[in-house]
Amino acid sequence: MYDAGKILIGLIIFLAFATYPFYSNMGKAVAKPEPKLDTPVIQKMEVKKCVESKEFMRAEHMQLLNQWRDAALRRGERLYKASDGRTIQISFQNQCLKCHSNKKKFCDECHSYAAVKPYCWDCHFAPKEAKR
Amino acid sequence: MSISRRDFLKIAGLSGLGIGFSATDLLWKRGRADAVEYMPSPKGLTAKRWAMVVDLRKFRTEEDYKRVIDACHRIHNVPDFGNPKDEVKWIWTETFEHAFPYQRNEYLPEGIQEKKALLFCNHCDNPPCVRVCPTKATFKRRDGIVAQDYHRCIGCRFCMAACPFGSRSFNWRDPRPFIKEMNPEFPTRTKGVVEKCNFCVERLAKGLKPACVVASNGGMIFGDLADPDSEVREILKTHYTLRRKAELGTRPSVFYIIGGEEDA
Amino acid sequence: MLEKALIGSRRYWGWIFFLLAVIGVGFIFYLRQFSYGLGLTGMSRDVSWGLYIGQFTFLVGVAASAVMLVIPYYLHDFKKFGKIVILGEFLAVSAVTMCMLFIFVDMGQPIRIMNVVLHPTPNSIMFWDALVLNGYLFLNIVIGWTTLSADRKGVAPPSWVKPLIYLSIPWAVSIHTVTAFLYAGLPGRPFWLSAIMAARFLASAFAAGPAFLIILALIVRKLTKFDPGKEPIQALGKIVTYAMIANVFFLLLEVFTAFYSRIPGHMSSFEYLYAGLDGHGKLVPLMWVSVVLAAVSLVLLINPGTRRKESLLVVACAAVFVSLWIDKGFGLIVGGFVPNPFERVTEYWPTMPETMITIAVWAVGLLVLTVLYKVAISVREAQLESGTDSSH
Repeated sequence: MYDAGKILIGLIIFLAFATYPFYSNMGKAVAKPEPKLDTPVIQKMEVKKCVESKEFMRAEHMQLLNQWRDAALRRGERLYKASDGRTIQISFQNQCLKCHSNKKKFCDECHSYAAVKPYCWDCHFAPKEAKR
Repeated sequence: MSISRRDFLKIAGLSGLGIGFSATDLLWKRGRADAVEYMPSPKGLTAKRWAMVVDLRKFRTEEDYKRVIDACHRIHNVPDFGNPKDEVKWIWTETFEHAFPYQRNEYLPEGIQEKKALLFCNHCDNPPCVRVCPTKATFKRRDGIVAQDYHRCIGCRFCMAACPFGSRSFNWRDPRPFIKEMNPEFPTRTKGVVEKCNFCVERLAKGLKPACVVASNGGMIFGDLADPDSEVREILKTHYTLRRKAELGTRPSVFYIIGGEEDA
Repeated sequence: MLEKALIGSRRYWGWIFFLLAVIGVGFIFYLRQFSYGLGLTGMSRDVSWGLYIGQFTFLVGVAASAVMLVIPYYLHDFKKFGKIVILGEFLAVSAVTMCMLFIFVDMGQPIRIMNVVLHPTPNSIMFWDALVLNGYLFLNIVIGWTTLSADRKGVAPPSWVKPLIYLSIPWAVSIHTVTAFLYAGLPGRPFWLSAIMAARFLASAFAAGPAFLIILALIVRKLTKFDPGKEPIQALGKIVTYAMIANVFFLLLEVFTAFYSRIPGHMSSFEYLYAGLDGHGKLVPLMWVSVVLAAVSLVLLINPGTRRKESLLVVACAAVFVSLWIDKGFGLIVGGFVPNPFERVTEYWPTMPETMITIAVWAVGLLVLTVLYKVAISVREAQLESGTDSSH
């Protein structure tokens, strides 16, 4: 093999970079995300129901929010008919975040675990966070 | 079964394209909302073409103007950067001379020349800003309002170049530190997007008139231009009104009553 | 053939690493701009486009100028351009790359750039600009690489290249027409609302591009064993001459329309640029430098005695390039925003970070140019050596 020395050194450096995410986290256990639902608004609710089911929300809340965004902002359709027949006022800030006002203990729990950084928070904010 | 390298690459490339296209087909179908799931709010105000008449005769003191501007900027979390370079404003004042430059008349009474007009987006019927936006982030609603989708805006600022009225502002930096009093019911914007007056679409959806109209104590009249019995049409029938740069053909929806020297 | 760019003299590698260093520094400034926002530049609510878009506008012209080699050679069999068409095509690649980078650094939300593709908007000229720029980049890379590759092997290029070459001719005109349409269709900007905007853009493109190409050809002759030849350079010189005459003529036409009609809206931008307005005149010296350089270049170009002397031709070409860089890369853009829609003057001047990012993008363009030229020239040098120079 020509330039065997250079190639092997290059390969080793490449492997060091490529496997960095794995060995740098070896041995570290990250706790399972535990989103908390104990906000004052949720606790006051008689029937603790979100817009859709927990399973649906866990998998598809971003898709739903995108649909909400286009319906409310672009088409002026601000009412959503949930799958259980309820009519919901579409507003991320005034609907979702009204119940889930604890971004750090709810939204961030799973987002941090999955290393996802949605930039919704650049514009939208929970009522409590408004006071700075 | 030996295949030449060239043929292998051709087949691999075509397969890759084919898989790519079928994947886009899948992505295309997702996110399509079912028509029956979404509807407009029944108590919202509707119109075929929203318009505004600004009766400058009713604006006499600084306070009259400030009340209106503050009402808008407060509920919409409009930042105050404190310098004209980064400035963001949805509604502001400008002297008649500078607000209506094509109505040049050095012999106008001085009171009129210096009279302040209230300026904001004209929600034109033939908006050049909508025409130039490459992503439809700024678009015309069915009720005539020229809306801005902050999620889609890529910050190219073509709309700012296209607007003949200087109605649009860009967030040259993060606005949050510069918002005095956050309204928790309305989002802020982020750096890198364009914003402007939105004729209070969020209030209209709740059956409320725009904040500036309410704060103006009758100085601003809001209504449906397409409805011959609306308040705006009544005023337009009985008063001489002016629109900004009307000869450019953008068909602004904001009309001004200037008044005479006694109203200055 | 790309491996030819990996072999070079000390001077070559020194230049490459210098460019990489400049790019690195600019990139750090860009990271700062990305996190702070475009407020780091000199742009404001009134002057919402500045140096970045100006550079993009100027470089679209330089990119289009490749067509000035392609038309004579491929359409009219002007064999003299045979050896240097590739230099024009590769310059186009470099220029379009810079154009796209300037647009990218100018965007407020660059991570959303795919929105232009996901939400195509045919009524927006910017949509078409994105389309034609990408198309032109693709065309020139494919055409340049394929023809050079075939030339190196001493065979005719494959037949499918010909239609692409013919396509690249109207396409080159289209990239600059579309870019001119960005400005010429805006009702609120009387300085730009001119029917001859696209014609002006093309004239300045066909002057600045070939002028730069002449300078590059002379550098190539000095630094390498490849000599583009005296006659191709003279032919290019004539193209620059006529294009520059047209360009200055068109500018004077605009001045006439503005100042004979005496419509304030049409005059005021010219007044701001060349005389100052309301006590503001930051750009006046720069604009007059552009005028003087244009005059000097015309004197040197029109007079055949001076044009034929390559040492003076290069001065003329540099004058053309700098003059047009000031005019299209700066004056035209800022002039459209001053005075603002309220007839008030807000001035603009780029900030230091803005300038560093601009220089870095130029360095990227020069890097692309260097690498591609190294490949092309290595092929030419090898042909000279082996005597397989297929004189077209």
